Amino acid sequence: MVQINQKITVAFNVNGGDVEIDVTPETALVDMLRDGLLLKGAKRSCDMQVCGACTVLVDGLPVSACTVPAFEVRGKSVTTIEGVAADDRMAGLTDAFIDNAAIQCGFCTPGMVLAAKSLLDRNPHPSEDEIKDYMRGNICRCTGYKKIVEAIQEAAQKAVQG
Amino acid sequence: MTQQEFNTVGQSVRRIDSYDKISGRAVYSVDVVVPGMAYAKLVPSPLPHALIKSIDASKARALPGVYAVLTAAELVNMETHYGSDKKDRPIVAMNKVRFQGEPVAAVAAVDLATAEAAAELVEVEYEALSAASDLTSALLPDAEPIHDSNYCHEYGYEWGDVDAAFAGCDRIFEDTFLFPMVYHYAMEPHTCVVSYEHDRIRTWTSAQHPFLVRAELARIFGMQLDQVQVVVPYVGGGYGSKSYTKIEPLVAALSREAGRPVRLAQSVEESMKTVRRHAARATIRTGVMNDGTFVARECLSYVDTGGYTDNGVRVTERISDRIVGPYIFDNVRVKSYGIYTNSTPAGSFRSIGGPQASWACESQTDIIAEALGIDPIQLRLKNLAKKGDEVRRGKRPLEGDLAPKLQMVLDKFGWDNYVREDPSPTVKRGIGFACNVTNSGASPTSTSLVRFHADGSSTVYIGTTEIGQGSRSVMAQIAAEELRIPLASIKVIGSDTDAVPYDRSTGSSRSTTLMGLAVHDAAVDVREQLLEIAAKHFETFADQIEAADGKATFKGESMTFGALVREMFGGSGGELMGRGYVTQNHASGRLTQDPVFWEVSIGAAEVEVDEDTGTVKLLRYVSASDPGKAINPKQVEGQDEGAAMQAIGHSMFEEMLFEDGQFLNPNLVDYRVPTFEDLPGEFETVLIEFGDGPGPYGSKGVGEGGIVCVAPAIANAIFNATGVRLRELPLTPERVWRAIEKSKQ
Repeated sequence: MVQINQKITVAFNVNGGDVEIDVTPETALVDMLRDGLLLKGAKRSCDMQVCGACTVLVDGLPVSACTVPAFEVRGKSVTTIEGVAADDRMAGLTDAFIDNAAIQCGFCTPGMVLAAKSLLDRNPHPSEDEIKDYMRGNICRCTGYKKIVEAIQEAAQKAVQG
Repeated sequence: MTQQEFNTVGQSVRRIDSYDKISGRAVYSVDVVVPGMAYAKLVPSPLPHALIKSIDASKARALPGVYAVLTAAELVNMETHYGSDKKDRPIVAMNKVRFQGEPVAAVAAVDLATAEAAAELVEVEYEALSAASDLTSALLPDAEPIHDSNYCHEYGYEWGDVDAAFAGCDRIFEDTFLFPMVYHYAMEPHTCVVSYEHDRIRTWTSAQHPFLVRAELARIFGMQLDQVQVVVPYVGGGYGSKSYTKIEPLVAALSREAGRPVRLAQSVEESMKTVRRHAARATIRTGVMNDGTFVARECLSYVDTGGYTDNGVRVTERISDRIVGPYIFDNVRVKSYGIYTNSTPAGSFRSIGGPQASWACESQTDIIAEALGIDPIQLRLKNLAKKGDEVRRGKRPLEGDLAPKLQMVLDKFGWDNYVREDPSPTVKRGIGFACNVTNSGASPTSTSLVRFHADGSSTVYIGTTEIGQGSRSVMAQIAAEELRIPLASIKVIGSDTDAVPYDRSTGSSRSTTLMGLAVHDAAVDVREQLLEIAAKHFETFADQIEAADGKATFKGESMTFGALVREMFGGSGGELMGRGYVTQNHASGRLTQDPVFWEVSIGAAEVEVDEDTGTVKLLRYVSASDPGKAINPKQVEGQDEGAAMQAIGHSMFEEMLFEDGQFLNPNLVDYRVPTFEDLPGEFETVLIEFGDGPGPYGSKGVGEGGIVCVAPAIANAIFNATGVRLRELPLTPERVWRAIEKSKQ
């Protein structure tokens, strides 16, 4: 067995709750979340910070969890799709994805929703070009993107009305 | 039934997997954990073509934590090869490797780090052979044969008197077109867990065709179908990449060797070395009269199927089936060859052979129009097949007229009123059009079971794989419609071969048409049983009873369906079962002839070309989706938009590059796929609903049409803008710029 003896304890906040978990120095954030905390929403795909399937928010900013060392989130707040789904205040965004058929296979969806949340947190009224620019780090191979843009526009619109 | 009478059919209801997927709870193969499972790592060949002189796995086996190393030597008491049409693929390489990345061995260990370390310790000695990683080099007379020869398959057909017809033509056009190797990039790489047990194989895999995987595993390991279970969790994208059998036999053999369940989760790089689309070289000769009448067409195509056949037989056939275009020719001679090369094996990819064929034939349509001085749309309309025409002789006649469908796209695009406005003398705009019909490869073999419970709810069992296309929602809509119960009262169970009845496959745009019919029939079967029970209860005839809103009503008196079930069984429980069998002898009489339907593809593009840089901007793209009847319109649009966007990738920049057999760009940095920024300025889908399909409510398949016409529409628009004709994809700035510079000389 390949032994990696050095352990690091990572204490951080995930989806509003404090956790403490031992990892090795080379453990990626996505593996700590998926294997250590059983938060399976973040997906591993390209493994090189291109596709966005592993996107989670660290202190509100989107990161590619495949290339962030787990220990880097010590003392920080991590939001995963499980946290968004449990948050009633996010229903406007998740409903907009559902109602606009912005989900097909769903593999990109958790990362896509988190990137969209981060965008709307920063810019509640993004133009179409601003959406395309901000979201370009998240690949979807099913939808052709149009319905995701429409979903984000609708979520922004509803937030204004709401 | 008129449109108003539908309850859920025709509505863009929420996908029934929405919440699973938006919440991160949806389980994909990558999320499956089986108690006691080991982790696998492949040992890939570094060489594209070589003899294996020896394999020494002793150091790997000696590493603590390693359960097993699978090499060709372990493939005993089993079939060693697999494949959908030709069983030419060894489970791990035997004696020889035929492409770079081919698994030579595989390790199962206690964890992934140990498996990776052990994989590095497997020592393989090779004797290199000369490699041919493209059509040109594989077809050289002295090319090193990859199998017995480099010819995998040949196909052709002919009608009329072709030679005499060409002799009588006013003009003859001959052009050759090249289509690159491209990769699906389903975001979930191929992933599989297998538990090989003494009398049983249990499999969780990202497969589109679980029943074909079941049959393949049963054959390989000498088991019966009932002993092999294939479960397909949610699939993170398919597009053909997960068709037929891929990594499952290897993982099963490794599990047998390791004596425990084994999980192989491939990387994107490994999946790019598992399957791709066929590159193609297609030459078309077309004889026409000066008035634009198409007289004769001769086509010669080569498709590059890589190191193994995978779906190369069908793709070789389909490019020829699809290259004649949607036009009437009285004289046709078509030939195609599938060729082995030392590269990733090529399999199914959304419309097999379709984009390659349409790239050639619809580019040439505009070449002919330009040369004859005829408007390209008028040239198409003049030769277009009509309803009832045998667009391919001996095959099913066309279900509907194409001309009105073309017109819908042209109208949406504003083709007739287009006014060209070039932003500058060197930045030019232009428009292009393309259309085709493709023979769906759907085999009419699907079955469904509908269980109807004592509380009036229902569970629908389908073998269709949910790969993102929304099949579970559409099947639920069909069942709800026919059972006359709310959509919320339907649960759909999919893709576990132990639980659901047989479905041939999920592909070829077949599911709504064929599984849709099976679900429709199974639901009608249940409804008829309910009416029989109600007839007894009300002491009347079944046809006197109205079934609606979960109730049977006779002369103002109602009984819920649940109460009818309970009454039949005389207690508080019981259930009814309905079955739907779809065969080519289906009662509709519409499935006897091949193809089951013709899928329609139409596209119109406006581009802006910067002649100084060769950059092409796709300003507008209008596509068409012809579902006959859209059961869930937004999902239909989603299929079309997704397909068109994939085609924008292979049209503009996607290309797998090989040099001396080495795969140069097996990752998402060097192999770029479309992102949000590649969305055309305007991107529209026209839904065509003429009710002319053989599926439920006149529906037919739409998953592939959107990918077929994008490349020729864009190239025709580039010609319209610049007067420069491109015959090779992708249309990279460098390629476009060089063509423009050449045209100036």
